[in-house]
Parts: sequence; structure tokens; C-alpha cells
Amino acid sequence: MSAGGNGARRDESAEEISEEWTVSGIVSTLVPLLIALSVLQMVSGTVLESFEEQLLVYPSLLVLVPVMIGTAGNLGSIMCARLSTQLHLGTLEFSPTNPDIRANVGAVIGLAATVFVLLGFAAWGIGRVLGGSLGLGTLLVITIVSGMLLAIWVVLVSTVAVYLSYRLGYDPDDTTIPVVTNVCDITGVLILFGVVTVVL
Amino acid sequence: MLGQDSAIDVYRQALPIILVSLVAGLFSGTLLGTEAMREGIESVPGILLLLPAFLATRGGVYGSLGARLSSGLHQGLIDPHFEWNDRLRNAIVASFCNGMIVSVFIAVLSWGVLLVLGREANLLELLIVLIVAALLSAFAMLGVLLTVIFKGYRRGLDPDNVIGPVVTTVGDVFGVVFLLIGISVAGVVL
Repeated sequence: MSAGGNGARRDESAEEISEEWTVSGIVSTLVPLLIALSVLQMVSGTVLESFEEQLLVYPSLLVLVPVMIGTAGNLGSIMCARLSTQLHLGTLEFSPTNPDIRANVGAVIGLAATVFVLLGFAAWGIGRVLGGSLGLGTLLVITIVSGMLLAIWVVLVSTVAVYLSYRLGYDPDDTTIPVVTNVCDITGVLILFGVVTVVL
Repeated sequence: MLGQDSAIDVYRQALPIILVSLVAGLFSGTLLGTEAMREGIESVPGILLLLPAFLATRGGVYGSLGARLSSGLHQGLIDPHFEWNDRLRNAIVASFCNGMIVSVFIAVLSWGVLLVLGREANLLELLIVLIVAALLSAFAMLGVLLTVIFKGYRRGLDPDNVIGPVVTTVGDVFGVVFLLIGISVAGVVL
């Protein structure tokens, strides 16, 4: 996560921020941002907390939590970094028929399909070792359904974030990755446990 | 060239790093699912509540330190050796303060949320767990990050390309372990 909190002030003071390197400067820029993000993260924490009993009974589900969150963030970062590079190169056009956008979406969906199928098997295997009782079929349904929903959501959020950042005049390289990784952390947990509630 | 890659090119380039991070995520997930951690989760109310915030904070703190050091190297503001000069010291001290301040905040915030939810909550216990976990994280993350950035830079590696994966991978693996250590320390102290 880069120093995305500088977004709003970047134009005037990018130079001073990168060259001053004072403890108080760095702390006063980052602490408010990190505190705001921590407050947001409490949403996913609350969801986890409310599923505590199920999580303790089915360790496979606990295994899934960091991976789901991390993978969604990684996919979002790839999508954002590629879209913003294309924006800087002048080749980006926000349209579903644009071959670049199609390539990005195709790659993210393909990566998600690969990772979430592997994850289903891994979570099942690890869960067995840890003494869980969830079947392979159930776990595959959970990882694939929630993973693909998450991938589609990541594509939408990343595209909207890059577009809004561009329209508002912020460099999407600075602003989108922290925003999208945080949104994915929270929605990843919500989607995972939404699917878990339906399946279990 | 970037911008003209097909979906298959992007897939091929991104798959290795995604798989590395999958393995790291599975490792920390497995730690979360172990008997010891499940007992910890049961014994300290609020661990699951603060987990996402704690993991994300370390990404933010050390990711931004990495980005700063990498820009500093590219701009020639710092030398690619570990020397205790003002700039490097300030960046390191600041990230340490950020990590500690925000972790204390997370402990207090989770305590508040637990109270609002009408759950049992112990502020001192949460503070001990998070302070221990944040301190250990600071040592581990600073050690790995500084080594990778300086050694990598001297060998011609662009730190911009490695900081993200390094921070998430090391952070995921160590974050959960350090929370577990924090829980045992709190158990011993209280």
C-alpha cells in the first residue's frame, strides 16, 4: 500500500513530503489515514466475530479468511495498476468493448478461477488435518462461488475507482490501490460469509 | 508492452506472485485454524474483531515505508547501504510510531465495539496482545524490508516491484503468529 493518503495534497506538496522525511510529518500524514482504515476494517471484524462459533467448529473456514482477503486485494491491485498505466499511456477508454479492458477482466477472472479452485482443495486438506468436518464438495462450492462473485466485484470496484480518481483529478497510481485493497478486505469477508450462510 | 497484453499474457505474468501469496495466505490461515489459535480466539474476546484491522495496518505502515525508501533510493536521497543517517532514521522511527499508535488505537476501538455489542471485553488484555504483536511485527517487518530493499537495489532489483508482495507475504505469515504470542503473553501477565 503506497502513501495513498497524500492524494489530496499531492499536487502542492509532493516534493516536500518525499524529501523532508521528518518523523512528525510522516506520523501526522499516515496516522489519521490508518486510523480511518482501521475503523472501516471493524466492519469485517464484526462479521468475523459474529461467525465466531462456526469458525471455531469448522477450521477450514478460518483457513479461508486471510487468503480470500489477500487474493481479492491482489487481483484489485493488478486491475488498478494496469488500468492506471493504460490511462497514463493514453490507451484507456472506459468501454466494455475496449480490448484492453477485456484483457484485464479476462485475466482477473482467469486468475480468480485458478486460485479459488486450488483454494477449495487446500482448505479442505488443511481442514482435515486440523480436525474439521467440512466436505470437499461444500468447500469447493464456497470457495468458487464466493471467489467468482468477489472477482466480479473487484473488477467493478477497480474500474470505478480508477475512473473516479481520474475524473476527480487524482493520480490513480496513488489513490486506487489502498482504497481497493481496503474495500476488498471488507467485502471479501462479507461475500465469503454471505455464501457460507447460504451453503451451510 | 504494457497496455497491449492479452488476457493470457497478464494471466501468465501475474499467476506466480498470486500463487506465492496464496501459499502465504494459506499458511497464516492454517495458523489461525490451529488448536492453539482457536483456543486463543475463544479465550480473548475481540481477537477476530481486531484481526482484519491489525493485518491491514501493517500493510499500510510497512508498505508506505517501503514505497518511501524505494522512492528515496531512486531519487538518490538515501544510499543503498544501511547507515544510520537522519533521513533513514526518521523514516524508520516514524513507521515504528505509526504501527504502535494505530495498534493501541485498534485495541481501544475493539474494546469499544465489544462494549457496544454487549460482549465481554478486557481493555488491558487487548492492549497487551496488540502492543506485543505490534512490537514483534515492527522488528520482523523492518528487518526483512530493509534487507530486501537494500540488497535487492544493489543487485539491480527495482524495489517498487517487490515491496507489495514482500509486505503482504511476510505480514500475513508473521501477523497471526505474533497475535498468538501476544495472546500467550497476556495470559501470563494477567
